[in-house]
Amino acid sequence: MSRKTLIPIGPYHPLQEEPELFKLYCDGEIVKDIQWVTGYNHRSIEKLSESKTYEQVFFLVERICGICSTSHPFAFANAVEEIVGIEPTDRAKYIRSIIGELERIHSHLLWVGLAGHFLGYNTVFMWAWKYREPVLDLFEMITGNRNSYAMFKVGGVRRDIENHKIAAIRKILSDVKTKTDLLTGAVMDDPVIHARTKGVGILSKQDVIDYGAVGPTARASGVAIDVRKDDPYAAYPLVNWKVITAETGDVFAKAQVRLLEMYESISIIEQCLAGLEKEKEGEITVKINEIPEGMGNGRAEAPRGEVFHFVLSDGSNSPARHKIRAPSYVNIATFKKSCIGQTIADATITLAGVDPCYCCTERMAVVYDAKSGKKMMNARELIDRSISRTLDLKERMQKL
Amino acid sequence: METESIIKSLKEKFSSDILGTEEKNQKRVIISIKPDVILNVASYLFRDAGFRFIIATAIHTKRGFEIHYHFSKDSDGLILNLHVTLDRDKPEIESLSNMFNASNWIEREMHELFGINFLHHPNQDKLISEGNWAEGVYPYRKDFKSITEE
Repeated sequence: MSRKTLIPIGPYHPLQEEPELFKLYCDGEIVKDIQWVTGYNHRSIEKLSESKTYEQVFFLVERICGICSTSHPFAFANAVEEIVGIEPTDRAKYIRSIIGELERIHSHLLWVGLAGHFLGYNTVFMWAWKYREPVLDLFEMITGNRNSYAMFKVGGVRRDIENHKIAAIRKILSDVKTKTDLLTGAVMDDPVIHARTKGVGILSKQDVIDYGAVGPTARASGVAIDVRKDDPYAAYPLVNWKVITAETGDVFAKAQVRLLEMYESISIIEQCLAGLEKEKEGEITVKINEIPEGMGNGRAEAPRGEVFHFVLSDGSNSPARHKIRAPSYVNIATFKKSCIGQTIADATITLAGVDPCYCCTERMAVVYDAKSGKKMMNARELIDRSISRTLDLKERMQKL
Repeated sequence: METESIIKSLKEKFSSDILGTEEKNQKRVIISIKPDVILNVASYLFRDAGFRFIIATAIHTKRGFEIHYHFSKDSDGLILNLHVTLDRDKPEIESLSNMFNASNWIEREMHELFGINFLHHPNQDKLISEGNWAEGVYPYRKDFKSITEE
């Protein structure tokens, strides 16, 4: 047996800023085997959930991931509503889909940026994140938060999107679309990106089926699965859109699927906004008295793929068992197929290709005064600043 | 394949091994089976009927250890839960990981958190608590008390 060199990526990933360790066993430049160590940040959310009431669980599962923070409450709401046997009002369905799709746009833009960063192409990184910012502003206008929107509850949503806000949302959305055009054109035609991503990290259709991969990772390999289409929920059966797929299964195909999906998301939001205008304002919840005994399988299509929540209720006010499966759980395992045989340089972008989930909710640095060592900004000032920014955004929206 | 025809063919093939069927609606079905036929039933679902393995949920109840294997038939939007009940004192069942890789991690996780043994699993090492958790202590069992609960 030939000697292999161990190249570690982690335990703190230098680019993804997330605790995980990939051990690449290399022969020269070529990756021959890969192993990973996870669990550095295991929070035991399934167990925690059993000690919380159903209303509290929404806030708990929202914190599983900072980027797809609405997918988990979405799937959890679907699971609990299946147990109770209710459907939210049409207005609530539209609002849920709008939040879900806005999240997909910001998550895909974030990935495109990071993919550029991984390739050493920081122009793409700067562009994509700049274009993502208005989407986060939009979130702040609608929900009061850039991430962790706290919009979901059993039987509906917590906040309405009042009809007078719709014009402003449309305006921002059309700007986002123009910028997405620019970005898509630049990325898809760039010879450097082609050279670095085409034929890299190929995942075959059979591998996708074997590993049970989901989301853009599966769709880029020609497996057209999308929970929004297959097991429709919220407003997705009420609007027209199509599932984007690609055939080659390489990193370029994954980028292509994500970029084109953003257009579908924008189209879904536009149709949902038109739907909202027809519904009566304020009808956003269905009243529920108690959660009966039973079990519910809830799923939602997160930006990274299918999120699955299994809830077992014993008739009390908290779940008896709550199983959560995030899409990265099955997608990360596919590295065993996609990375082996690649060079080390290509392995990093392949590892990023499935868009493993990470938090980037940091939005401010606290600066210390070099002379006095005093904090330039304390927690109270941070909160005040956050509130004033939200108010400022709301004012800006009035003027749009 | 429609939900009814899937259930019908399952009943025909494994009639004596199916302990119960609960059809909540066209898209949610729970089938309880004997644990020793898990490989045959899972093989039929995955290889012949075109199901995708989503995940499995282990539950510690008074009856013992229960596992729900969640399978998805994406073309119909169907979620089929294969339900097995394992022995309280010696929970073990055949591993599905030699059939498909999708179950590899979750079986390791169930082994680690519930102490369920998966026979013929390719590598039942710890997945999440390697090196920082006591052997033989299973935190997701109902009799486990955390520091705050003690």
